[in-house]
Amino acid sequence: MSGTTARPNMSLPRRAWEIRRKAVRMGEVQGQGYVGQALGVADVLAVSYFHALNHRPDDPEWEGRDRFLLSIGHYAIALYSALIEAGILPETELETYGADDSRLPMSGMAAYTPGMEITGGSLGQGLGIAVGMALGLRAKKNPAFVYNLMSDGELGEGSTWEAAMAAAHHRLGNLICIVDFNDQQADGKSTETLSAEPLPDKWAAFGWHVQRVDGNDIGALVAAFDTARTLPGDRPRAIICDTVMCKGVPFLEAREITHFVRVEPDEWQKALTVLDETRPE
Amino acid sequence: MTIQHRYDPHRKYEPRQPVGGGAKTSAMIASLAAEGYDSVSAPFGHALVDAARNDPRIVGLTADLAKYTDLHVFAEAFPDRFYQMGMAEQVMVSAAAGMAREGFVPFATTYAVFASRRAYDFIAMAIAEEYLPVKIVCALPGLTTGYGPSHQATEDLAIFRGLPNLTIVDPCCAIDVAGAVPAIIDHPGPVYMRLPRGKVPSVIRRHCPDYTFELGRAKLLRDGGDALVISSGFMTMRALDAAVEMEKDGISVAVLHCPTIKPLDTETILAEAGRGTRLVVTAENHTRIGGLGEAVASTLLTNGVTPAFRMIGLPDQFLDAGALPTLHDRYGISTTAIIQQIRGWL
Repeated sequence: MSGTTARPNMSLPRRAWEIRRKAVRMGEVQGQGYVGQALGVADVLAVSYFHALNHRPDDPEWEGRDRFLLSIGHYAIALYSALIEAGILPETELETYGADDSRLPMSGMAAYTPGMEITGGSLGQGLGIAVGMALGLRAKKNPAFVYNLMSDGELGEGSTWEAAMAAAHHRLGNLICIVDFNDQQADGKSTETLSAEPLPDKWAAFGWHVQRVDGNDIGALVAAFDTARTLPGDRPRAIICDTVMCKGVPFLEAREITHFVRVEPDEWQKALTVLDETRPE
Repeated sequence: MTIQHRYDPHRKYEPRQPVGGGAKTSAMIASLAAEGYDSVSAPFGHALVDAARNDPRIVGLTADLAKYTDLHVFAEAFPDRFYQMGMAEQVMVSAAAGMAREGFVPFATTYAVFASRRAYDFIAMAIAEEYLPVKIVCALPGLTTGYGPSHQATEDLAIFRGLPNLTIVDPCCAIDVAGAVPAIIDHPGPVYMRLPRGKVPSVIRRHCPDYTFELGRAKLLRDGGDALVISSGFMTMRALDAAVEMEKDGISVAVLHCPTIKPLDTETILAEAGRGTRLVVTAENHTRIGGLGEAVASTLLTNGVTPAFRMIGLPDQFLDAGALPTLHDRYGISTTAIIQQIRGWL
C-alpha cells in the first residue's frame, strides 16, 4: 500500500527499530527531547508509514496522499524519524534537530517541515482539523484517509470530544484516529491525572468504531489498521494503542517514567548500543 | 471575597418599575434600528451567495447560529456546501482550518463573544499561525444586544488585534457588508469580520454616494473643520448622524470611516489627523481598551502627529442588561451622547 520508499523490502519491526534509532540520535544532538514517547510510538509510526499510508516520499503534498496529522506537536522527534526513514526528509537533517533555523523544530509545525501536515502542540486541536480535512476530501470526492495521531493526555481536552461528536455526526468513515495511550502526561499518569477510562466505551458511545490493541505489537497494529481501512460503513474509526514509554531500551523503560524522560549525557550512546544489540532483520 | 451583587442580597424582593420609559429589551435577533435609513435584509448571506455562485471554494460552517448570522441564506442556496457543526465553536473553527487546508475558503459564523473568548486558541494556532483563508464572521459585536456580558463582545477587537496574520474588519452598514464579502474572499489570509445582521440599515451612500468598501482603506465620508471623527462599525452611522445634527448649530465635523481595524490605514489617518487643527475623536462600538481608539492613538503618537485627541467607546466594565437605546445612551455611544461629548470637548 505504501508508495515508493528506500529499501522497499525491509520488515516492519526493522522499520520501527530504525525509527527508534533515529529518535535517539536526535535526542543526543540536543541532549534532550521526547525520546520516551518516540520509542513508545515507533511501532505505530512504522505500521502507519510502511504499511497503511498511501503516500509518495518524493511528493509530500501529492493530492492523493493519506493525510497524517500529528496533533501532539512534541512527538515531532518521532515523526521526523519516521519521515526520514520514509525518505520524505533527508537523513542528513537529523543533525539539525532543534537547532536554530532548522526545519526540524522541537515541536512540530506545518510551515517548517515537509510531510508535517499541521501545527500541533496546542493539544486537542488535531482531531478537529482532521474533521475538516475529512469533510473537504469527501467534498472533493478524494478517497484518501485522514489519520490523526493524538495522545491520551489530549483526551482531557473538551475539543477532542467536540470533534469526536462531529466526526460521527458527519459520518466521516475516512477518518482514523490513533490514540497513543502510554498512560503518561506532564503531571504523571494520565489515568491518575484525569482518567478517560473506560476509553473504548467512550469512543463507541460517541459513534465510533473502536479497537484497542497493544501498540508495541506490530502484528496487532497491522491487523487493526487493516480493519480500520477496510471496515464498511461510514463510522469514523479509533485505534487505541497501549504503548510502553521508552520501548526497546530496557534501562530507560525501567526508569521511573516521566513525561520528559531524563537521559544522562553518557546514556545516549548506551541506548544506541542497546538498540544495536537488538536489531531485527 | 465579596461578590459584587447588582442587588441587595439581604433585602426582601420588592417589585421595581422599569426605567428608561419601559423600553423593550432588544432581542437577540433584533436588528440595529436606524431611523431615517432604508434597510437591507441579510446582506451578508446574500453577498456570500452571490460570490459562491462563481467560486466553488466557498463553504459555510456555523456553530448552531446560521439563522442568527444570516448564513441560513447561504445554507438554503447551497445545502451541500453548508456544514452545521452544532454548538461546538472549537471544532467548527478547527474544521474550517482543515477545509481550508483542502483548498476551500470557509466562512465560519457564530457570535463574536464565542469566537473571541471560546475559540481563540483554535483561531490562533489552527488558522492564523498557518495563514489559512478562513473567514470568521461574527454577529453581536460590541454592544449590540441587551442580554448582558455573556453575549456582549465588548473586547473582541482587543482580543484579536494582538494576533499576527489576522485581518480585522468592522463594517458599518449593508453597503459595507456587501462590499466587504468579495474583498475578504480575495484576501488570501484569515479574516475576522464583525457582522451587522438581520435588517441592516443602508447608511454610507446616503452621505457619500460614491463610497465603495476597500479592504485596508479608510475613507473620508464628509469633511469638516472643527472636529474629525475616526470611526468604524455602526459608530460611523452615529458619527454621520451627529455631524449632520451639529452642522445645524454651525459645528463642522468630518467623518473618516475606518472599517479595516487591522491592518490600519495609517497613511490616511495620519494625513487627515495632521490636516489643520481639528479635534480628533475616535468612535467605536468596543471598550476603549485595545480597539480602534488606541490603535489610532498609537499611530498618531509614534508618528509625531499630536492633535487634541479624545476617544468615544465603551467603558472598562461588564455592561448592564437592558434595552439597546437605553444602554447606548448610558455608555455614551448613542448619537445624542456623541454630540454631547464632542460639544463638551470643543
